[in-house]
Amino acid sequence: MDLRGWLRPKMFLLVLAALLACSKKEDGGSGPIKIGHFASMTGAQATFGISTDRAIQLAIKERNAKGGVKGRMIELKTIDDAGKQSEAATAVTRLINDYGAVAILGEVASSLSLAGGPIAQKSKIPMISPSSTNPDVTAIGDYISRVCFLDDFQGWVVAKFAFENLKAKKAAVLYDQAQAYSSALGKFFEEAWTEMGGTITVKAAYTGGNLEISSQLQQLAGSESDVIFLPGYYSDAATIIRKAREAGIKATFIGGDGWDSEELSKIAGNALDGNYFANHYSPLEDRPDVKNFVAKYKAEYKAEPDGLAALGYDAALLLFDAMERAKSLAGPDLRDAINQTKNFTGVTGTFSIDAKRNAKKSAVIIGIKDGKQTIAARIEKK
Amino acid sequence: MSDLLQTLINTLALGGLYALIALGYTLVYGILRFINFAHSDIVAWGGWLAFTIASGLGFLSGAPGFAMPLVMLITMAICAAMGVTIELLAYRPLRKAPRLNVLITAIGVSLFLQNVGMNDKLFGTRPTTIVPMMPNTELFSIGKVPVRLYDVLTIVLALVLVVALERLVYRTKMGRAMRAVSFDERVASLMGINVNVVVSVTFALGSALAAAGGILFALRNDLRLTSDSTWVLLGLKAFVAAVVGGIGNVRGAAVGALLIAFVEVFVHFYITRFFSGTEWVGKLQDVYVFMILIAVLMWKPSGLFGKSTVEKV
Repeated sequence: MDLRGWLRPKMFLLVLAALLACSKKEDGGSGPIKIGHFASMTGAQATFGISTDRAIQLAIKERNAKGGVKGRMIELKTIDDAGKQSEAATAVTRLINDYGAVAILGEVASSLSLAGGPIAQKSKIPMISPSSTNPDVTAIGDYISRVCFLDDFQGWVVAKFAFENLKAKKAAVLYDQAQAYSSALGKFFEEAWTEMGGTITVKAAYTGGNLEISSQLQQLAGSESDVIFLPGYYSDAATIIRKAREAGIKATFIGGDGWDSEELSKIAGNALDGNYFANHYSPLEDRPDVKNFVAKYKAEYKAEPDGLAALGYDAALLLFDAMERAKSLAGPDLRDAINQTKNFTGVTGTFSIDAKRNAKKSAVIIGIKDGKQTIAARIEKK
Repeated sequence: MSDLLQTLINTLALGGLYALIALGYTLVYGILRFINFAHSDIVAWGGWLAFTIASGLGFLSGAPGFAMPLVMLITMAICAAMGVTIELLAYRPLRKAPRLNVLITAIGVSLFLQNVGMNDKLFGTRPTTIVPMMPNTELFSIGKVPVRLYDVLTIVLALVLVVALERLVYRTKMGRAMRAVSFDERVASLMGINVNVVVSVTFALGSALAAAGGILFALRNDLRLTSDSTWVLLGLKAFVAAVVGGIGNVRGAAVGALLIAFVEVFVHFYITRFFSGTEWVGKLQDVYVFMILIAVLMWKPSGLFGKSTVEKV
């Protein structure tokens, strides 16, 4: 068989297909408005993606019932990235090129936003991260914004709470060196803590998922710290806290918003009692916006909305608000509308998108007593 | 002093865990001369099957004393059957094919097990725990150092199973057949040894040990998805242990596992204490482990207990 003669037309078709796949689909101006969401629907941080996605679906359902945006219905496509960086970049590419999303919502984990963000930026499609707190995320470019506070603030919040409310003086840090979120948050805590006059006893690292860390725990046990800051994600944090208690560590553990999952207490059991973590909001708060949202979410999903759900809801509402104000749904117009958002009121509070496309917000400290969450403190934005 | 003792207990327990898994790699390599990449997935399935059985029997909320041995035996039996089936369906048809084909098939089997395991009807996609079945209680204490159940269980189980395996390989008829097949498959079959039976037994043994390792790992570190890198890293370290000890050698695998655990726990603990204040020293935990591999391979390429053979070309 003449291979060359057979190959040529096939090759031509292949190249053509590849070229077609590379060009992104434009919004036609009619039909439903397409929004893409990339999230960890499975994997070690599965509840992050599931909570966020549920809240976004809820927001869209409500908005569509009121007639949608600019008279058009809203349609959502969610792609699971399984909590993996390689998948996150692919998910964003598919949402933009195959699905034709006019805007992207996601991710929760900062490493995944950092993987997906550059693709949205290059394609000139606005991306709003509901809950990536690492400062580098919005530094990717002017198409990337977020609706949550940043880790420099969160580190300071945790340090302030431990120093003033818990009267701790000596703190240790145990962070996940494979997560941008965790290592940066650990650094911010350390800076704030030493500035307040506390001492850092030990700084130890682990790699997420690899929890044979008896050596690290032994170091912590010997450090005689008052508090241990553990800025990891919930599935790691739960196991680590249980193992730490077994290793005889008595210090209070404090975490960041990465602890926020119903599964934390399911895995850690009563080892979790007496520990605290910082979060964006609490379903127990007394504000009418919160009560309203909690009631609606519970009616829809028979579950308590965690912080990630609240932020997902806010990100979706902010996007609808910006779409309504934007001249068109083309990338640059939508970007300008998002970046000009001022005094937006959502479930997690009233905030503006600042010049660096970040949000300044307050934080709550959640304490765990008998397996139940309580509000231990509220720390206002600075 | 109490630090030293604590580190030693931790080293022994982790070493025992690695040994159980390393034996599977070493057995299969010893007989068939190929690396079974699906072995770490059997470990993962072992942990998850134990969870499924335990929750099915209601052991996760208050379990009787016999719960753990029962769950462990059932899981080991299922995993042994899995190992035999995998060999029968995936590896046996390729017995005469080049090694590379079998190696690639093993990767395929590994991916298959990872993804099937994540099915909602099987294990699902959320991390969970089997700790409530048997909490890690303090048994006794030496000085100020508490000795806990999981550590004792891992050390004792590893010791018993390694000794039993050693006896089986060197003292029984089946063991002699295994060693004969490992020496020369064709000549062994000419001597009336049923090679297929020997290979099946090898896979059953290796997979049962992997299941035990998986359950112990699940008790110690809770359960991650079957596709999580946790299992790959665990398998990789056990594999390194087998290579360091001299792959194909039962005693070598146990010694290699202890050495790997020694570096990961003991060396890491004292090196970070010595260089306290230099943060990056503590971050290189896995690097130290794999540095041992490089060092051993440079100094003794066939491993500590391996015999060097000249490849006939």
